[in-house]
Amino acid sequence: MTAITLYIFSLKMQAPNVNSHQKAAVAKGVKDEEEGLDTAEGEEWMQGKTLVKPPDQLDLTEAELNEEITRVLKASNPNAPQNVVRYSFKEGCYKPIVFVDQMAIHFELEGNLVHKESDEGRRLMAKQAEVDDGGGVERPDNVAIKAAKREQKLTNQFNFNERASQTLNNTPRDISCQTEPPPRANFSATANQWEIYDFYVEELQRREKSKEKHEGQFLNKEEDKSKKKMIQNDDISQLAKVVKIIERMVNQNIFDDVAQDFMYFEDASDEFRGEKGTLLPLWTFQYDKAKSLSVTALCWNHKYNDLFAVGLGSHEFTQQGGGMLLFYTLKNPSYPEFIFNTASGVMCLDIHEHLSYLVAVGLYDGCVAVYNLKKKTDQPIYNSRASSGKHTSAVMQVKWQKDDLDSNHNFISVSADGRLVSWTLVKHELVFTEIIKLPVIDTIPDDLKDVIPTVGTSLDFHKQKDYSFLVGTEHGKIHKGSKYYSSKFLEKYDAHFMNVTRVKWNPFHPDVFISCGWDWMVKIWDQTMKSPVFTFELKTSVTDVAWAPYSSTVFAAVTTDGKVHVFDLNINKYEALCQQKVVSKKTKLFNIEFNPVHPIIIVGDDRGHVTSLKLSPNLRKKPKVGDALILCIVIEHLNILTLDENVLEPH
Amino acid sequence: MLDIECAGAEVEETIKRIQSQKGVQGIIIVNAEGIPIKSTLDNSSTVQYAGNVHQLLMKARGMVRDIDPQNDLTFLRVRSKKNEIMIAPDKDYFLIVIQNPTE
Repeated sequence: MTAITLYIFSLKMQAPNVNSHQKAAVAKGVKDEEEGLDTAEGEEWMQGKTLVKPPDQLDLTEAELNEEITRVLKASNPNAPQNVVRYSFKEGCYKPIVFVDQMAIHFELEGNLVHKESDEGRRLMAKQAEVDDGGGVERPDNVAIKAAKREQKLTNQFNFNERASQTLNNTPRDISCQTEPPPRANFSATANQWEIYDFYVEELQRREKSKEKHEGQFLNKEEDKSKKKMIQNDDISQLAKVVKIIERMVNQNIFDDVAQDFMYFEDASDEFRGEKGTLLPLWTFQYDKAKSLSVTALCWNHKYNDLFAVGLGSHEFTQQGGGMLLFYTLKNPSYPEFIFNTASGVMCLDIHEHLSYLVAVGLYDGCVAVYNLKKKTDQPIYNSRASSGKHTSAVMQVKWQKDDLDSNHNFISVSADGRLVSWTLVKHELVFTEIIKLPVIDTIPDDLKDVIPTVGTSLDFHKQKDYSFLVGTEHGKIHKGSKYYSSKFLEKYDAHFMNVTRVKWNPFHPDVFISCGWDWMVKIWDQTMKSPVFTFELKTSVTDVAWAPYSSTVFAAVTTDGKVHVFDLNINKYEALCQQKVVSKKTKLFNIEFNPVHPIIIVGDDRGHVTSLKLSPNLRKKPKVGDALILCIVIEHLNILTLDENVLEPH
Repeated sequence: MLDIECAGAEVEETIKRIQSQKGVQGIIIVNAEGIPIKSTLDNSSTVQYAGNVHQLLMKARGMVRDIDPQNDLTFLRVRSKKNEIMIAPDKDYFLIVIQNPTE
């Protein structure tokens, strides 16, 4: 931009007077000229020639008029300040500034010429070119193109006005809200190996249950109902098992000495006693409500060797009442494990060899019943009460048989009405099959033969050949029969003069059996021989006899005088090794059984008590040779020596 | 359903029998949380027994199961000079019986 400024130049003048006059005149003249221009131009021309003295002109002397006055033109700005003072912080006082800007700007004008090589020039030229190009196109396109090329638009860096406007700012407020915290509970657990194991076991059970549910959905409802009941009960019914354990523990403490004897006591004095042995009384089992009843049957459980069954009833014809079936365990001598009440006296019982929860019971009124120990009910699962074919008289012995061809369980009973009947458990019924009828003895006249039966009193099946059996009768005869022959007996032995109370096969020797009766005798037979091999007289009625499970030559008998007699044929063929009274006076013993595993025997008496006794070592001698063999040897020996003796009448 | 009701009565009967046995001084039934629900002793003794036994039982059970997870504690006997404390645990309860065996 260019600026035009006028400078004042210094002029030197020659004639002061003239100068002054001229000056004045000139001044005036100029004035006049200026004025004169307006009035008349002729006066100008005239002024150069004549001197006109204005009236207000200064009167100066000639000396003064001749004085030379020098007029100087300076390049300094008369308006610029001459004595500018600035405060100096360094020295702490005001200091005059020597150099003052002398430039006075009279006029300033900004031009709009742009050099074409400069940036802005180029930009403007480009813009100009655009505008020329896009002149003919429609408007929207224009806008679009413009938008596209917007990046080229630049803001004016020197002449940029930032515009801002302030809107109303709302006053900020803090609003907060608090929700209720989620319910929290402290949870802690330990993860042990056994907790993990428990969990897996439960999971497995759950899965099995769900499988079962798929199969039978009826169970669901029942389970739910029972579960509800359990929750309501809060309680102790779950403790049944635990309470049982505690009861046994308490009993163990009370009978601690007895338990110790049972396990460990071996009578050392047996060494000095020669052959004789003793019986050590252990526990006595009694039940309050069975006081008036007499023990009629005993049976050990083969699976659980500490469990035995006691049948209670009455042997007397005149004193018949109710009966009971009790189960005791050696672990709890104070109270029976299972209690069943029966309508009439129990005369005999048998526990199934394999399914030890099935118990067959024969009653005095001729009924047979089967109890299932697994069920909690008091009632037998099978009862021959209503069915036909039941015995008309007391059932004296029952024995389980092997399952028949249809794998139904069955057992055989013998009763006082002289019939041997086989009962089969078919679904919910007892089906009877008559096997054989006991032959009537000759002394009864023919016309009464059908009426008066032969009372069968005892029954035993052979261990190996289980079709072969022995029946003892009231008349003292023993009949050997077979299941396959239903009309006739194979053999008849004249055993005793009176009632045969027990007949039993030897568990080892296949041909030997033992019998006892009210005629004070115990006889051992070989089935091939008509007369007994051994005979023992025991001075009172012998009510029961049993073979020992550990030796083929040991057996024990009980008599009505309360004595237990133990024999070992291997040691002494003529005398008992032990004859011991085990109950108080006037108590009759009715039953004896050896425990299959432990060296103890149980005896039942007529007071309803069962006494357990431990056999002393002398009574438990096991033969060194094979079991059956030893008996054979004994018998052979005896046969050779004393064949005639046995034929004689026993005394 | 009948079975459960019968079981409850049977348990009661068994407990009575235990109580009447020779030398038994007291029976306490404690639930899973350690609170005695039934007792034949006075309150303070009951609470004392229940609290102490609970801890001992947990420890004993833990020990048995730690050694072999398939095993479980059947019962615990603590014999002291004066008497014997028998503890039998169940899944949700446990039973304490205090007996003086030499009486």
